[in-house]
Amino acid sequence: MLTVEGLRSRYGRIEVLHGIDLEVKSGEIVTVVGANGAGKTTLLKCLSGTQPVSDGRIVFRGESLNSVPAHRRLAHGLAQSPEGRQIFTNLTVEENLRLGAYLHSDERVDRDMTEAFALFPILREKRNLAAGGLSGGQQQMLAIARALMGRPSCLLLDEPSMGLAPLLVAQIFEVVTELKNRDVTVLLVEQNAYGALRIADRGYVMETGHIIISGPAAELIADPRIREAYLGL
Amino acid sequence: MDALLQFIFSGVTVGAVYALVALGFTIIYNASDVVNFAQGEFVMLGGMITVFAHQAGLPLALAAVLAIIVTAAIGVALNKLAIEPARGAPVVSVIIITIGASILIRGATQLIFDKQLHRFPAFSGDDPIRVMGATILPQSLWVTGGALVVFAGLWLFFTRTLTGKAVLATANNRIAAQLVGINTGAIMTLSFGLSAAIGALAGVLITPITLVSYDVGVALALKGFAAAMLGGMGNPKGALVGGLMLGLLEALTAGYLSSQYKDAVAFIVILAVLFVMPQGIFGKSSTERV
Ligand SMILES: Nc1ncnc2c1ncn2[C@@H]1O[C@H](COP(=O)(O)OP(=O)(O)OP(=O)(O)O)[C@@H](O)[C@H]1O
Ligand SMILES: [Mg+2]
Repeated sequence: MLTVEGLRSRYGRIEVLHGIDLEVKSGEIVTVVGANGAGKTTLLKCLSGTQPVSDGRIVFRGESLNSVPAHRRLAHGLAQSPEGRQIFTNLTVEENLRLGAYLHSDERVDRDMTEAFALFPILREKRNLAAGGLSGGQQQMLAIARALMGRPSCLLLDEPSMGLAPLLVAQIFEVVTELKNRDVTVLLVEQNAYGALRIADRGYVMETGHIIISGPAAELIADPRIREAYLGL
Repeated sequence: MDALLQFIFSGVTVGAVYALVALGFTIIYNASDVVNFAQGEFVMLGGMITVFAHQAGLPLALAAVLAIIVTAAIGVALNKLAIEPARGAPVVSVIIITIGASILIRGATQLIFDKQLHRFPAFSGDDPIRVMGATILPQSLWVTGGALVVFAGLWLFFTRTLTGKAVLATANNRIAAQLVGINTGAIMTLSFGLSAAIGALAGVLITPITLVSYDVGVALALKGFAAAMLGGMGNPKGALVGGLMLGLLEALTAGYLSSQYKDAVAFIVILAVLFVMPQGIFGKSSTERV
């Protein structure tokens, strides 16, 4: 579904992605784990088009995305729940969700919103409140729900567990697992390597702009190098 | 008492114009973080183009519509030719670009048209209407009514339409807006066109009262800016309240002190806002903007 080949990206003169190869197959949950500053967010930003690519290819469902501007990638089926949530703080929860479906204006929008509320009931309670007033966990739920409103075939999730209490993390990861039943493929970026690998089918480990190890998630969890460096086991 | 009412009438009339100019500042500021000092030139263009189109034989209403459309196109061109290419430049550089654009527009207007003062007939005659001992010009009612219609229309646009929400979303978080599929470049174009059209409409409405010449935009930009600052830059409600307050302050200063001091009011308001409440009346804290 998504193939990344030799992807390079830089901030000014400093290159932070040094040729990333990665593949996500339809229906999978794939995770990219790695320490602070490894380049995970930069990778996702390249995929969503909000960060320039200096070399390499991004192919999504058979089409090159390289020259597709950010605002047209959702129409191709690629949605992102960005790092730091990036919700529309001045707008209400419901307006955020409606804007998630900006590209659509059919009856399904209402149904999708009902489904989003079923997935995250707290959002229904707060639907008329300014999104900026939500707690961190609720904002994260809103960011995911907003991305789902765009009817993506592939969802890019950047550290949905960041800064959340363990109970909320479990809830968010459960929703991610559940996306499989909705035919949404997931690329999940996490510092919380253990949590991410547990729900993923396959994983990539990223270090200073390189993919250093990849494989089925169960194998990565069992890999002694990863247990020591990333799982603290 | 009659005098006070008279001052209030004139204050509300100019205040409505300041409010429209402030609204123009607000729309562009929200869409692009740019303070567009060419905003006053849009008002001037609205008046000047109407004058010359009318002289050339077009009926007044048609001349006004033409002026608004041409000015909107100039606003869009300003964005495409000068603002967009400077994307990523420091805010101050972009502001200087808008000042340069305003000088260019003023110069071009002087060359294409002339340096004279012009007016065209008031829409509903010049016979003052008596209200409780004071008088008000029918054109003043056009100005305030026009401003109210614009503000109400814009309020509906922002609260009831998905495109309006997309403008708000772009103002709130440009990257996130792109991620939900909003073409933020098109929103910028829309914002500049809308701002310019609103400015031109203000020029059309006020010209029968204050007259127009190629250089009226400078003072209007300053006063609209002061009004926007007073209300809170980036807030349409603030533009309305700030504009009316500034207009009233000016009228009362001119009436009770001296009309010499009238133009100083805007400067004092800018300074007072900067020192006392940099966020303005309805301003949000700067941390809220991402
Ligand atoms: N806007 C920026 N300008 C310059 N350098 C940046 C910028 N954003 C990130 N970097 C640098 O790029 C590298 C990769 O950053 P990135 O945010 O992609 O890492 P990450 O893996 O997402 O980290 P984290 O787990 O902390 O989110 C880091 O060295 C970071 O300092
Ligand atoms: Mg990151």
